Amino acid sequence: MAAVSQSAMTAEPSVASPKMTARDLNLSYGDNQALFDVNLDIVERQVTALIGPSGCGKSTFLRCMNRMNDTIDGVTIKGEVTLDGRDIYDKRIDVVQLRARIGMVFQKPNPFPKTIYDNVAYGPRIHGLVNSRDELDQIVMTSLERAGLLKEVKDRLQSPATGLSGGQQQRLCIARAVAVSPEVILMDEPCSALDPIATAKVEELIDELRSNYTIVIVTHSMQQAARVSQRTAFFHLGKLVEVGETDQIFTNPKDERTKGYITGRFG
Amino acid sequence: MTDMASLMEDRAAAKVISDNLHKPVDWDSPKIARNIKKRYAAERRFKFYGLAAIGVALLALFVLAGSIGSKGYTAFFQTYVQLEITFDQDAIDPDRTGDPAVIGKANFDGLIKQALRERFPQVTGRQEKRDLYSIVSGGASYDLRERVMENPGLIGQTRKVWLISGDDFDMLNKGYISADVEEGNRRLNDEEIAWYDALKSDGAVEKQFHTRFFTNGDSREPELAGIWGAAVGSLYTLMVTLALSFPIGVLAAVYLEEFAPKNRFTQIVEVNINNLAAVPSIVFGLLGLEVYLNVMHLPRSAPVVGGLTLALMTLPTIIIASRAAIKAVPPSIRQAALGLGASPVQTVTHHVLPLAMPGILTGTIIGMAQALGETAPLLMIGMVAFIVDIPGGALDPATVLPVQIYLWADSPERAFVEKTSAAIMVLLAFLVLMNGLAVYLRKKFERKW
Repeated sequence: MAAVSQSAMTAEPSVASPKMTARDLNLSYGDNQALFDVNLDIVERQVTALIGPSGCGKSTFLRCMNRMNDTIDGVTIKGEVTLDGRDIYDKRIDVVQLRARIGMVFQKPNPFPKTIYDNVAYGPRIHGLVNSRDELDQIVMTSLERAGLLKEVKDRLQSPATGLSGGQQQRLCIARAVAVSPEVILMDEPCSALDPIATAKVEELIDELRSNYTIVIVTHSMQQAARVSQRTAFFHLGKLVEVGETDQIFTNPKDERTKGYITGRFG
Repeated sequence: MTDMASLMEDRAAAKVISDNLHKPVDWDSPKIARNIKKRYAAERRFKFYGLAAIGVALLALFVLAGSIGSKGYTAFFQTYVQLEITFDQDAIDPDRTGDPAVIGKANFDGLIKQALRERFPQVTGRQEKRDLYSIVSGGASYDLRERVMENPGLIGQTRKVWLISGDDFDMLNKGYISADVEEGNRRLNDEEIAWYDALKSDGAVEKQFHTRFFTNGDSREPELAGIWGAAVGSLYTLMVTLALSFPIGVLAAVYLEEFAPKNRFTQIVEVNINNLAAVPSIVFGLLGLEVYLNVMHLPRSAPVVGGLTLALMTLPTIIIASRAAIKAVPPSIRQAALGLGASPVQTVTHHVLPLAMPGILTGTIIGMAQALGETAPLLMIGMVAFIVDIPGGALDPATVLPVQIYLWADSPERAFVEKTSAAIMVLLAFLVLMNGLAVYLRKKFERKW
């Protein structure tokens, strides 16, 4: 299988001045290794899509990027992940601040059982980003606006967030993440629980957010990856198989496995 | 490319299996019909079992409540006797000082005895007189004294006054002592029954609502014994228990559930907390006796010691209930908070605890209700003492409701039988109240969306 390692080598993901990088990242849950020597660069103000069959490690990799895996028992991580050139697994890095800089949106919409306003205001409040009620109102409004939700909810900011539809809830979660002004937003299959119309709205939103934020999105839908991302990384069995411009990955993949996956032969 | 090849093979194998499985089923065959009938029968049977179980439980509840209620309700009423009392100036305040100190020391008991003698002038013998005096309770003289202290104008007048009767007289009036029984086998002799009949025909005997039962402490005289001392003792004890076991229990649950690493040590701690919940309560009583009384020299019979002992007993209940409530909070909420950069402590205090609070409170109140009904450990630390005074604080000697029930159930006087049932009713009322509070708090803290 010399060809495999060959193609993995050619997929060496180096770009000039990346926002985030992963170098030789290995991760195991107990004895079960989930990531093998992942090397990946994330370009600033672009959408990077992580694709691959279920259990390939793409979500695990995503969760390494804001140290969400720290909360799981028995995880060992080797290698390096950097944000602006600094290792985020460095002992001097404050995880709480790191997670404020790298926001996250989850697979299932998970608003807090509070009001719409309080959901968005929670992040700025705990990080002490505002000095007055007016400032907080401003942040909540802009965040909802950015998440394309303001028009739908501006008359019921004080009603429970769980009363929103699934798509609205997911956009609220995006607004909530945006409210702390993160530099990077990680999205873990944000549309998998949504219907096509809500999905279209979220995708449109992702495209707009790209001008301000660096976005990494895990998705099962290759069409979605093709639609929203500029760069695509294909994972298989815990290894990063290939990464490159989205157009190139979908039209001219270098690796046989990538080709097999995107043409629907397995996965 | 072996992994890809094997994937394709798996797919082919799965197709073969599903093709074999797809045989048409005859849904109208007798076998299927039998199966449906059997299923319906099983469902009907199950429904019947469930209804029968509920019926048995309700029956048991009604029998319990009925027997206690029918025995105990009479304790809420007390027989009073009307006598014509002469508030004799010479007997109360011979020097006409009008000084409350002098009036307070007067022999009111003598006034009552005199009134009884006047009512039944035929009584002369020593023993007969003693029997006569027992118609009125020893506590009546205090009532009389209070009445005169409040209204000194009574002195020198003659008034008809309702006085609390003695316990035997009360029992006779309530029908617990029958005149048909042979004289030697009953508490009251024929003469006493004749006095009762005479008073009764005068309209000088009546039952009044027994407020003393709710305001007095314990007493050797059943008609003067009340539940309030024990209720206050229970209150102080539970306050100490709650103040200790709630914060400790919740903190332990939060730590074990949210922060503790899952290793052998925490596993041992977990197993032991579960074991602790199964330890018989008397063992906690012995522990309390040894540690709090013998080593720490805390006051005997005090609610503070009772509370400390019951806190040990309640802790595992609260920890187990709180852990279950915390575990039931969806992990997505924690992830959302952590993903926003909330610290683990913020995640717990802002999101997990508020969502777990209904469950935690329910568990706490169940633990408290258990502690309220607990007797055995309190016997070990001396809360079984006969205490007349209403405790003024957690350090005063006191007893608690279930121990009071135990004490009264143990007393020989006939009148304590109804007191025991009445005390049980009071205890049950407290328990119902606490469970009501649990339901209310659960509803209040539950997120309604």
